[in-house]
Amino acid sequence: MSLSNEEIGRYSRHLIMPEVGMEGQLKLKNAKVLLIGTGGLGAPVAMYLAAAGVGKLGLVDFDTVDVSNLQRQVIHGTKDVGKKKVDSAEETMKDINPFIEIVKYEVPLTSANALDIIKDYDIVADGTDNFPTRFLVNDACVLLDKPNVYASIFRFEGQATVFCKEDGPCYRCLYPEPPPPGLVPSCAEGGVLGILPGVVGLIQATEVIKLILGEGQPLKGRLMLYDALAMKFRELKIRRNPECSGKCTVVKELIDYQQFCGVPHAEAPLPAPVSATDIEPGDVKKLIDANADFVLIDVREPHEYQICKIPTAKLIPLGELPKRLAELDKNADIVMHCKMGGRSAKACDLLRQNGFARVRNMTGGILKWSDKVDPSVPKY
Amino acid sequence: MPKILIPTPLRQFADKKDSVDVAGATVGEALAALTTAHPDLKKNLFTDEGKLRSFVNVYVNDEDIRFLEKDKTAVAGGDTISIVPSIAGGAR
Repeated sequence: MSLSNEEIGRYSRHLIMPEVGMEGQLKLKNAKVLLIGTGGLGAPVAMYLAAAGVGKLGLVDFDTVDVSNLQRQVIHGTKDVGKKKVDSAEETMKDINPFIEIVKYEVPLTSANALDIIKDYDIVADGTDNFPTRFLVNDACVLLDKPNVYASIFRFEGQATVFCKEDGPCYRCLYPEPPPPGLVPSCAEGGVLGILPGVVGLIQATEVIKLILGEGQPLKGRLMLYDALAMKFRELKIRRNPECSGKCTVVKELIDYQQFCGVPHAEAPLPAPVSATDIEPGDVKKLIDANADFVLIDVREPHEYQICKIPTAKLIPLGELPKRLAELDKNADIVMHCKMGGRSAKACDLLRQNGFARVRNMTGGILKWSDKVDPSVPKY
Repeated sequence: MPKILIPTPLRQFADKKDSVDVAGATVGEALAALTTAHPDLKKNLFTDEGKLRSFVNVYVNDEDIRFLEKDKTAVAGGDTISIVPSIAGGAR
């Protein structure tokens, strides 16, 4: 394989560097990298690896572009809202560099297809958004002996490392088990600073390029922590599980990762099951219109309350609720709501544990309120 | 006194602080002092049996306490204890 004259022109800033040169650029052209997720992290990784001339880039994503993605997923634009993310990403990458091959996998990665998809690649870059897929990607990389360039983000903090590189540690050496569902919020619940995945994703992309070139010290056995607010990088050691010297003793085969992570079998976060303790937004509206004797409590954060609110709702953020129980009447009819119904369900549990008898959760939160009752309420 | 760094997801349980100076000669004592001062942190860091949760790692400076003396690991003034929970965000 060699470079065409057009490619030589395109990659000239690489070719004149001794650390890359013609040999390195051909390594990049021959490399096959699989990106799991083309969202916040996947976007910068895909764009820069495309630009750098990585010959074959696989994209795994079954999501479509939503307007709320655009604050950070710079591979997609306003015109792409509603398109498949893999299609939108491909278009941008082809525009950046038409000399590369892009393979799209418009499927969720599962135990049934992971080995088959990953086996054709040299390196995996994991930028997914959930624990089951994190463990799945790790285990598949362990079984196939593929380096897994890992990054994850939350609000304004990021983590990055390289797993499964030769004798280095894997994700299970760092975290043997996932957190119970609900204890660690996702970006959709907790938010993320839009530029954060840019910084952290490019650490990932840098490590991918270094692995391909065989240059520098890979981020193996080291967990890079980045705090954007403090603008600090810290590095912690990750040790390989001592029982796994030579060969991994933990991962034997792919398992049911939804079950492993305690997640109910469903693609999207579903509202809590309907029960006598739930109330639909439409019925809450009827109570308000009828001037019924009840208290509506909004347990979101003050900054969310500023975005939109139900006028009669009283704000008590979930975190403050335990200290503010005295403000509520134990015998009152109480309805709790939040953004989507998850936090308010926790708030209902808390009240019941404290002797409140008549507590109901408004299903689907203010988002469903916007859909069903008042479309003038913005969704965020 | 050793300093404990609180990660973003747990700051809501620690009066929004990013670090806390605590008394204690071992990691176990330092974490006990931390959860006494901020009781809401306790269930996020420890199981009902008092074991550190397996998705939360604790480091003294840059070393994982699982590879030192675990909660018996000695700490002194100038040491930094980091609490590093797993986070999964990336795509959506």
